Amino acid sequence: MKLTLKIWRQKGANENGGFKTYTMDHVSPDMSFLEMLDVLNDSLVLKGEEPVHFDHDCREGICGMCSLYINGRPHGPLQTTTCQLHMRSFTDGQTITIEPWRAAAFPVVRDLVVDRSAFDRIQRAGGFISVNTGAAPDANEILVPKKVADEAMDAATCIGCGACVAACKNASAMLFVSAKVSQYALLPQGQPERKERAERMVAQMDAEGFGACTNTGACEAECPKGIKITNIARMNREYFSSMFTNYQVEVGSDAG
Amino acid sequence: MKWFLDLFSSTLGRKLMMALTGLFLILFLAVHLAGNLQLLKDDGGRSFNIYAEFMSTNPLIQIVSKGNFAFILIHVIWAIMLTSKNKSARGPVGYAEASGKSSHWTSRNMGILGTLVLVFIVVHLKDFWAQMHFGAMPTVDYDGTSYRDIYSLVNEWFNVGWYVALYVFCMAAVGFHLYHGFASAFQTLGLNHLKYNGLIQVVGRAFAIIVPLLFAAIPVLMFFN
Amino acid sequence: MTLDSKIPDGPISEKWSKHKFNLKLVNPANKRKYEVIVVGTGLAGASAAASLAELGYNVKAFCFQDSPRRAHSIAAQGGINAAKNYQNDGDSIYRLFYDTIKGGDYRAREGNVHRLAEVSVSIIDQCVAQGVPFAREYGGLLANRSFGGAQVSRTFYARGQTGQQLLLGAYSALNRQIANGKVQMFTRTEMLDVVVVDGKARGIITRNLVTGKIESHSAHAVLLCTGGYGNVFYLSTNAKGSNVTAAWRAHRKGAFFGNPCFTQIHPTCIPVSGSHQSKLTLMSESLRNDGRVWVPKIAKKGLKASDAVNIPEAERDYFLERKYPSFGNLVPRDVASRNAKTVCDEGRGVGATGVAVFLDFSDAIRRDGKALIESKYGNLFDMYKQITGDDPYQVPMMIYPAVHYTMGGLWVDYNLMTTVPGLYALGEANFSDHGANRLGASALMQGLADGYFVIPYTIGDYLANIGWNDKIGTDHPEFRKAEEAIRSRIQKLLSIRGKKTADQFHRELGHIMWEYCGMSRSEPGLKTAKAKIKALREEFWTNVNITGGSDELNMELEKAGRVADFIELGALMVDDALNRAESCGGHFREESQTPEGEALRKDDEYAYVSAWEFKGEDQEESLHKEPLRFENVKLTQRSYK
Repeated sequence: MKLTLKIWRQKGANENGGFKTYTMDHVSPDMSFLEMLDVLNDSLVLKGEEPVHFDHDCREGICGMCSLYINGRPHGPLQTTTCQLHMRSFTDGQTITIEPWRAAAFPVVRDLVVDRSAFDRIQRAGGFISVNTGAAPDANEILVPKKVADEAMDAATCIGCGACVAACKNASAMLFVSAKVSQYALLPQGQPERKERAERMVAQMDAEGFGACTNTGACEAECPKGIKITNIARMNREYFSSMFTNYQVEVGSDAG
Repeated sequence: MKWFLDLFSSTLGRKLMMALTGLFLILFLAVHLAGNLQLLKDDGGRSFNIYAEFMSTNPLIQIVSKGNFAFILIHVIWAIMLTSKNKSARGPVGYAEASGKSSHWTSRNMGILGTLVLVFIVVHLKDFWAQMHFGAMPTVDYDGTSYRDIYSLVNEWFNVGWYVALYVFCMAAVGFHLYHGFASAFQTLGLNHLKYNGLIQVVGRAFAIIVPLLFAAIPVLMFFN
Repeated sequence: MTLDSKIPDGPISEKWSKHKFNLKLVNPANKRKYEVIVVGTGLAGASAAASLAELGYNVKAFCFQDSPRRAHSIAAQGGINAAKNYQNDGDSIYRLFYDTIKGGDYRAREGNVHRLAEVSVSIIDQCVAQGVPFAREYGGLLANRSFGGAQVSRTFYARGQTGQQLLLGAYSALNRQIANGKVQMFTRTEMLDVVVVDGKARGIITRNLVTGKIESHSAHAVLLCTGGYGNVFYLSTNAKGSNVTAAWRAHRKGAFFGNPCFTQIHPTCIPVSGSHQSKLTLMSESLRNDGRVWVPKIAKKGLKASDAVNIPEAERDYFLERKYPSFGNLVPRDVASRNAKTVCDEGRGVGATGVAVFLDFSDAIRRDGKALIESKYGNLFDMYKQITGDDPYQVPMMIYPAVHYTMGGLWVDYNLMTTVPGLYALGEANFSDHGANRLGASALMQGLADGYFVIPYTIGDYLANIGWNDKIGTDHPEFRKAEEAIRSRIQKLLSIRGKKTADQFHRELGHIMWEYCGMSRSEPGLKTAKAKIKALREEFWTNVNITGGSDELNMELEKAGRVADFIELGALMVDDALNRAESCGGHFREESQTPEGEALRKDDEYAYVSAWEFKGEDQEESLHKEPLRFENVKLTQRSYK
């Protein structure tokens, strides 16, 4: 296959970027998209040019490190991660435009690499259950209906890649945040901190500068793990019920 | 009160305002349509004029009507706030290429559709509502009571070709706005349940098609009669 | 120096409890005066960092990825073993211990393995409490499955994403401590050296991968939780970023390397499709329950899967069923892998490259119906189709073995401490629990056992002994010296400006390792490899081309540094494989076979752990032997005929 690649090049966070065009003459349809970029980079390095920087790690669709906005869609034309996309999804002679995720909360680090640490900060705000190591009861002590466990698992499969933000016209992180809120809202283990969790994670999401959800459903359509927007509705419920009913308890000192 | 301020300054709180006001406006549309359909009654405008008089004088309706204006205003102002936040969330550089394959076009263009609807509301308020409340109106007598003859005013406008065309066009905008807005309001409120999602979708889409269609049918029928 | 494994005396089942009691404790009020560095945020690293922070220690955690959640533990599919015996099928701590020792082909320590089996039970409790959505039965109880040929159902799982869910659980615990201010997290930061002063680990040198800044971090103890080194083969199921640099740098600073030649090769991976191949993808071993492995009896060059259906039954060689009538396609991983290599070496391999065998489901589909096969393997079939473009419902799959896990790693004692006091190694980075071969669903167990339930106890003993005021600041000359050494190494790499990319060297190294130190190894082959690696190393340092500079995000520079360390490690693996002239577990020496051609273990000569000591640049490493004593299990030879 012959391909023309229009790739966003940007030397650093504070520098201006622009598209650069590359042509490739021998692309195998069996290559993954990232392997195609590897081949390009190898040829660039041999010519003494700087290779295209992009994030990637596991290359089996689970670590969430790879990104790339390919021909107007996050992770390209299939509902999968870029590392699982193969060149047979493209046609001979095609022009492929490759851009980084675009969001104020995901600043470009270099070329196609963006900084997604905003996601980590949202998780830190409340994406956990407070249980110290060793303090857990027997695993079978609390029953969890299979349906609930399955639904929690559906939400928990989020890989934190940020495709939802990239796909959303508002660069909203609602799908990502709601997946974690849902997982814990469904499970009995998540109940004690349920209200505070929704409040804190939403507040952090807003502070990071993500947009609001306008229910376009683009995130769900592009999510490589098929996370559903029912999670967003659940987070809305969790958040409103928390805001309207949650209150602070004045605690007396128990120091004796 | 801090929680209240927090709530309504959060993106979710703002969306909550959009959903609640939106749902109220949907309700208002239904009531308004019921009134308008009386225009088609073949009684020379009698029932429409009686209905209009009631709507513009009943104290309870007056309160609801003020609320209605407030809701429209809130819906618009909050929409502007959200849109500006959403625009800035994309960051300094936008995409060079966006396929738009993953969402319905109505959902991506609620701002434009909403603006069209707003323009329509302003025009329509000026021509009918303001005229009725503040302008010089002809009157008619039914059973010894004098009523303002809004029917003639409507009839006059609905015989102007370009006006009918504008009306129909704007009703299409309302329809597309509702096509996304109806179910979206439920989603924002968190009213999403696998058992009822289908029902909400169907009712929402039916409403978005039928209500604007009936609204638009009135001037068209009056124009051709 | 003599190796002291510090395995406590006494009956096997009491060793850990007794040891825990004998370990010194750090006063609760003093814990906040200690600092601990944790490198790597996979299962072992994240769980250790979180648990230590919960106890009150100040932790600095480091990962080279953009987020701690990306660590490659996330890719583990199958499950995690625990001796809960929820299924009432005869499991017990002792049975898990026994199976692990036997599965490791009697090259692991009894004491460590028994402890692993003991704490396995608590791991499940901990993960469930964290909100890990394990599979459940309809009644709400946890579900289990039998995995990797185990006779009992002791594997807990979360669909095919168990590693992901366990890692996200540990990540959430880590996040909680970051939010509490007890863990300081450094992402996109790579550890490049350990600083040892007065014989104790005092800190590390790192490079900020975004700015290129070289920085020093000091602490009372350093934990390396940096995973395995399967990427020495270039192609493996490891993530692209997985590397040996942290462990190798520690090795050069005095930490012995244990059993480096013990690597695990997984038989059911998607084969290489061309020279562009960057990594290999594993498919669950469960496929061999219903799939039949075959190649044509007579070599057919470039045989495509779509043409395979036309090959008549009589011309097919179901070689596993033929050679191992009782186990058939379900022989252990190493046996299945070696036999696939043998038929490919005979020229009977299939596919465009000739380096693959068929895994055929047509009989199973005919017997059980497509629906049942789909319910069992649907997601795997979809994944296969996505990667290869072939539909396994219509044509046979093609598979080939790939490097999957490394049992070897930094030598540690019972406290997980390396031969450098204050320097610990956890998870796949150490050598400790799997012997010569790891059982399925045991890697996750070991990573979490080390992080949640071993290190929080054992580190206290060391810290209490040295005292909180025994700490050296980063202004110490040794830190300056180490920083300078790193800077000059980077400048040296950047100044070569040769003609080959780091990836090209990595591929060549991988080729040598796979050819001579892969599934089967022989003395002449290993000697050839040794010479080739030496030449490759020389060429690398004169002919690698790295673009860009040192003070920016420079992925070529990152790769080159890692490849340089892999080349050195490769040489050591070859030495270790040469020394171990027996076949055991994943290590098959052609000189050591039974008359039937099966692996022959030599317990009289080789029942020891090889621990290699770095002696200096271009010096041969010296071998130390830690003899293995088996007091509870009887050593037997495997047979699958």
